[in-house]
Amino acid sequence: MTLIGPIKFAIDLLAVLLLALGIKGLSKVRSAREANRLAAIAMLLAAFGVLMNSQGTIGISIHSWVWIISGTLIGGLLGAITAKKVPMTAMPEIVALFNGCGGMSSLLVALGVALFPSSEGSDGVVSELVRNFSIVVSLFVGAITFSGSIVAMAKLQGWLLTPSWTQSKSRHFFNILCAVLALIGGIYLSIDGQNGLFLLVVASSFLGIGVTLPIGGADMPVVISLLNSYSGVAAAAAGFVVGSQLLIVAGAMVGAAGLILTQVMCDGMNRSLVSVLFGGALGASSVTGGGGGEYKNITSCSPEECALTLEAAERVVIVPGYGLAVAQAQHTLREVTRVLESADIEVTYAIHPVAGRMPGHMNVLLAEADVPYEQLKEMDVINPEFPATDVVLVLGANDVVNPQAKNDQTSPLYGMPVLDVQEARTVFVVKRGMSAGYSGIKNDLFDLQNTSMVFGDAKKVLGDLLVELKELGVGSKG
Amino acid sequence: MSFFSEALWVLLLGSLLGLELIGKVPPTLHTPLMSGANAISGITMLAALTLIIQSGDNLPLLIIGSISLGFALFNVIGGFLVTDRMLAMFSRKKTLK
Repeated sequence: MTLIGPIKFAIDLLAVLLLALGIKGLSKVRSAREANRLAAIAMLLAAFGVLMNSQGTIGISIHSWVWIISGTLIGGLLGAITAKKVPMTAMPEIVALFNGCGGMSSLLVALGVALFPSSEGSDGVVSELVRNFSIVVSLFVGAITFSGSIVAMAKLQGWLLTPSWTQSKSRHFFNILCAVLALIGGIYLSIDGQNGLFLLVVASSFLGIGVTLPIGGADMPVVISLLNSYSGVAAAAAGFVVGSQLLIVAGAMVGAAGLILTQVMCDGMNRSLVSVLFGGALGASSVTGGGGGEYKNITSCSPEECALTLEAAERVVIVPGYGLAVAQAQHTLREVTRVLESADIEVTYAIHPVAGRMPGHMNVLLAEADVPYEQLKEMDVINPEFPATDVVLVLGANDVVNPQAKNDQTSPLYGMPVLDVQEARTVFVVKRGMSAGYSGIKNDLFDLQNTSMVFGDAKKVLGDLLVELKELGVGSKG
Repeated sequence: MSFFSEALWVLLLGSLLGLELIGKVPPTLHTPLMSGANAISGITMLAALTLIIQSGDNLPLLIIGSISLGFALFNVIGGFLVTDRMLAMFSRKKTLK
């Protein structure tokens, strides 16, 4: 019986070690899958540790077991089904959904402890003020994480549009009001542990909505990553509430790692976190300064002409972007490239660090469509190869192929790493219309002599292209 | 206050560790890493478990704890499985070659 304490301690240490190794391993391609499993095992161990320790010391009643098992089964089963069913293109919104639920969980724990203070969290070792404060933090961050993540998911799914009032200054007043109300609720709650609870939860929830709602689709991954970091903070706060060191370590690790990842994502997009959070959607503020102007020399062409040019090419580079992911055209794209490859045309894919709906998402989508891993080239590798390329096919990408980032010092894009597609002999840009990318900036590429626009939805254009290529007899070797 | 001061050290060191753990991440892995880290943030399930265990016969508290546990496990199990699904596609491509 006296052994239980030390064993629990050992299990906790092991779990923390495995979690750290897991996060570390997840950042390397070779070890990522094992690392993910390692982290899962660590979580299992940690849960086992809690159950074993409680059973051995205070005992777990039958009641508790019933509620533990039902919660586990329902949540786990729904999670497993969701994970199996969700299409790869919906990855950003599913991460947001999972993340929101994590925040909700921390919120509920704090709510439970706040409503029924008799359930002493950690045998009285945490003084009352500290515990109340932990409850406040857990409620505040948990509520923001939940409401923010759900809004992010709904916006990415297209269930929610961006209301126009959120683009005006009034949203700042709304958010400040929510923050002030949450602060008042929080102060009340930390002093007496009862009052202010409702105010705090409602105001923080509205704050989460108010902050996330104005943000445009392309910036959303940064927000999800940030909310992911918050859910770590919420977990750490819940750790203070119930007095679990393990929870504090794990929450802090995820919170900090999430912050770094958010920063890495921002760098890739040449955006600062501040401008993502306060700049509003679609760079409404960024059209100031350089980068404006009218298009003078747009050439548009049909899928048929595009097919003719492709047929004559030897080296083709595909530049997939956000538009391809939104149109879910990765499988059609793969069919087109199969036809080209069977005609001995060399096909590679240029992957910009932030291609897709979130960084790294494009690699996942193309992997799903059976594109061989070694055909995916990162920006630094592919850029010197563009001058030797016959045809570049830009599919729903915009800002990442804008030469302004290199040439025009006055452009807001200046300094962002871009793909030098204009160096190629011919560039086709498949795009739905002439609207600007999410930066709201004119793309000089479209005006160039060697660029032709193919207007239409990426999936439809690729489908037409496939038909044309087949009619031309490309790839059907006789 | 001893738990509190210890816990603050733990918080500080855990945060520093998290900052150091991921320095250079290849862009390919941003999405899986985010998803994996997200699954780990479901560790708050331990808090939900503790809440249920300590709530005795308090039915509303048991229910709150159980719902909280359900949300956390939805996050954990869904998160790990979906991350594995993504990573499986990378490794399949590699072994095929």
